[in-house]
Amino acid sequence: MTTVTQSPADHTRTRITPAVVAEHGLSVSEFDQIVGILGREPTIEELGIFSAMWSEHCGYKNSRPLLKTLPVEGPRLVQGPGENAGVIDAGDGWGVAFKVESHNHPSAVEPYQGAATGVGGILRDVFTMGARPVAVLDSLRFGSLDSPRSRFLMDGVVRGIGDYGNCVGVPTVGGETVFDPVYEKNPLVNAMCIGVLRLDRLVRGRADGVGNPVMAVGARTGRDGIHGATFASADLDEGSDRRPQVQVGDPFTEKLLLEATLELIDRDLLVGIQDMGAAGLTSSAAEMAARSGSGIDIDVDRLPVRESGMTAYEMLLSESQERMLLVARPERVDEVTAVLGRWELQAAVIGHVTDDGLFRVRRGAEVVAEIPVEPLVDSCPTYVRDGVEDPAIAELRTHDLSALAHLETDDEATEVLLALLDSPSIASRAWIYEQYDASVQTNTAAGPGSDAAVLRLGDTERGIAAAIDGNGRYVYLAPRTGARIAVCEAARNVACSGARPVAITNCLNFGNPLGAAVYYQLSEAVAGIGEACRALGTPVSGGNVSLYNETPSGPIYPTPVIGMVGVIESIDQRVPSAFRGQDDVILLVGETREEIGGSEYLAVIHDRVAGTPPAIDLDEAARLVEFLVAGAAANLFRSAHDCSDGGMAIALAEAAIGADGGARSIAVELELRCSPAAALFGESQNRVLLSADPARVDAIGDLCVAHGLTWQRIGTVGPVGGNWRCSIGERTIDLPVDDLRRVFERALPRRMEDMAGLNA
Amino acid sequence: MMRVGIVRFPGSNCDADCARAVREGLGQEALFLWHKTHSLEGADVVLLPGGFSYGDHLRAGAIARFSPIMQEVVDFARAGGPVIGICNGFQILCEAHLLPGALIRNRGIRFRHRDVHLRVERTDTVFTRACCGGQVLRMPIAHGEGQFVADVETLAELEADGRVVFRYVDESGCAAASANPNGSQNDIAGICNGAGNVVGLMPHPERAVSDLLGCKDGLPLFRSLLAAVPEAVAS
Repeated sequence: MTTVTQSPADHTRTRITPAVVAEHGLSVSEFDQIVGILGREPTIEELGIFSAMWSEHCGYKNSRPLLKTLPVEGPRLVQGPGENAGVIDAGDGWGVAFKVESHNHPSAVEPYQGAATGVGGILRDVFTMGARPVAVLDSLRFGSLDSPRSRFLMDGVVRGIGDYGNCVGVPTVGGETVFDPVYEKNPLVNAMCIGVLRLDRLVRGRADGVGNPVMAVGARTGRDGIHGATFASADLDEGSDRRPQVQVGDPFTEKLLLEATLELIDRDLLVGIQDMGAAGLTSSAAEMAARSGSGIDIDVDRLPVRESGMTAYEMLLSESQERMLLVARPERVDEVTAVLGRWELQAAVIGHVTDDGLFRVRRGAEVVAEIPVEPLVDSCPTYVRDGVEDPAIAELRTHDLSALAHLETDDEATEVLLALLDSPSIASRAWIYEQYDASVQTNTAAGPGSDAAVLRLGDTERGIAAAIDGNGRYVYLAPRTGARIAVCEAARNVACSGARPVAITNCLNFGNPLGAAVYYQLSEAVAGIGEACRALGTPVSGGNVSLYNETPSGPIYPTPVIGMVGVIESIDQRVPSAFRGQDDVILLVGETREEIGGSEYLAVIHDRVAGTPPAIDLDEAARLVEFLVAGAAANLFRSAHDCSDGGMAIALAEAAIGADGGARSIAVELELRCSPAAALFGESQNRVLLSADPARVDAIGDLCVAHGLTWQRIGTVGPVGGNWRCSIGERTIDLPVDDLRRVFERALPRRMEDMAGLNA
Repeated sequence: MMRVGIVRFPGSNCDADCARAVREGLGQEALFLWHKTHSLEGADVVLLPGGFSYGDHLRAGAIARFSPIMQEVVDFARAGGPVIGICNGFQILCEAHLLPGALIRNRGIRFRHRDVHLRVERTDTVFTRACCGGQVLRMPIAHGEGQFVADVETLAELEADGRVVFRYVDESGCAAASANPNGSQNDIAGICNGAGNVVGLMPHPERAVSDLLGCKDGLPLFRSLLAAVPEAVAS
């Protein structure tokens, strides 16, 4: 370590009082640790840097010990956690980079910009790896659409995601949206990006090579988003104006940055590159140096800024969007500048790589910060807390729900079906996804509305499949089970398309971890994710943690969201979700049990969130995935659709409504082995609805048996139009399929139409 | 071999898709033309692709029309060369006054991506020669500013001269309010200039060229280009 020749703290500047330390979200013991690392009191810039790097968002202080338990290795995993995005080997030299990230807090304050910049950030995480972004998926949570606030938030978030992705030209190909009053003031906006690259072009966020120039490129730095990472690591309080901490996005600049970055990488002009995302210049510089065991020396006076009078503190912590930090090959700086100039982008050399292990920040001649990189990035204090389940939640699991499982008449069963189809969490998402360009780049073989999106992979025969899933209600009632289900459902969705699930990315949306009950949920959920990933052989490639999703009315449901990516060997073997044609046989794979706990049925029809969520047998889940992949490869299925929210009846309705040529009639008949409500609307796991050519049914049955799965033939697909008929024991639902379709399609538009004044 | 020159503006994002359609769907040559240059590099056809040139700042297409290459495109069009504008390309052609009218915010404000049906109204343009009159084609739209409007005289002139090339219709080929996705006057989805060598349309034929993409109805439009420049195809 070099000697500090000029102690920055000697200068007349903001005094570091206990109040200033507290404002930076640092505890007394954390401050003492900082003093120990530096051997002196920090400057205000240094305090800002530690505050950002040791926030939950960057430093994972409450989650790191838990995340370490997750499986992060697998034969096809090329890049695991710790980089800008994870990468899998998709064969023939092709890689798939992907990651999910949250933008919950900004979206709660300013939904349009919050969501737009969430998409921008995740795109940059992927293209800094050298991958061209080919798809976005999103996972959204809002309060009830009966609330004007929730409608306002959904309108803004959907437009923000759409305007950003549409303009950059990356298709939004799938996602999920769930509504529950617990998300009223704290919506969740998780965006996942998938990119493709040639593996020999993989670039990492490294600062190697002493003397190599460090360059800031892209948009100029302004005062927006200062301390966004710290903001994201605290509860959302009411009344305070958080808008200055929300960034503003410009997708046009992003598109230029994307093309320029890929050109720089293609021409091998870079040593390393990283998005200036959360905690901006600070985190990108420090993390790049940390990965290489090097140091970085920068002069903020050389940083292109968009407003005058910015302090070093502001420049270090600004989260202005569409900026990158890169380390170039020294003899190629002019070429780098020329490429960026061609794309009408700024580039400035702001410093160089050193070997002293320090993150040194100058303002002209003055050193304003000098921090050892290793403890800054890797010694963020971590906390293992004692988690204790909230006894009130444990009590909810014990509720006797048997009285709610009866459907006394056919009319009642019909009304329940229609009410569920009208539930915003189940209804058609077309109102949302028609605002997203899903077909740009001409890779989309299966887009929104499918169990998984399927994209062609470069110029190969292969395809990429992706799905994103989470069920906060299950995790609330039973965190470990709920998290296991999220992983298995994502895998099942990918496998229904015919692809083999390969790896996950996860976004852990939880409340304030300082509370024992939330910490319990977090630790149990992470354990559940790890167990399911091990059982399915799908390691964790990276992800994001979003804690402090809490308002004065309490925490959100714990909502781990799982993004699963799979590969299908021949894209021509992909399997659609909806029924295809007349006389195809409908089969149900898997066991239906007396399980209505935590279901959409209970929530919508009986206004109850209670009971035990459905059991999930991980070994069976893995066998079901194998069965689906093998069946698709043998071309046995005409369609495959996961049974999830709303149970088998909803799966049957969705597959019939979305059928080829228009909504089709079906005739289904099953024996009653449990209560009518559980049979129709229960959410027993590891079930898939198939349709097949009658000649293939025996082969499918044999394949089920070989995989230790139960199956039954339950009906046939009819012509377009006509009646949707489903008999279970003595209960029969029989009505025109177009009646179902209308309810399903109108549910979101009719709630969102009363939107006057929101489009300004 | 026919050479299709695809102009790349900053913010174009359907350039690669158009090139793929020309190469894989048509088996012809596609080359990219940088907006700052003054050469069409011997292209037989010029295609202005979709996207958000200059981020749609000011108005869609309003800045791109001032790019250096646009002067060459205008000269090429005036000399009878085939010029196609798709989505943002259509907007640029209108801004450059190669086509009349304007494309404004969709009725209903929102960006819309969905499949639409188009009826081919005219089969003697460079982009419809391989179609049958009245043929109904399915392909996606993806735009926020696709509502075609023109003043009364211009609209009457377009109709009288038969310069409406594509109209939004329902699956059976009939006009229907629900089939018009953006509120365009007279259900107009695409138009041409008087000579029929400049065609602009909002839907994306380059996204409907293979079974994998769910539809091949865009292919006849691209095939029409072969008939427009037979000498290039033959050479």
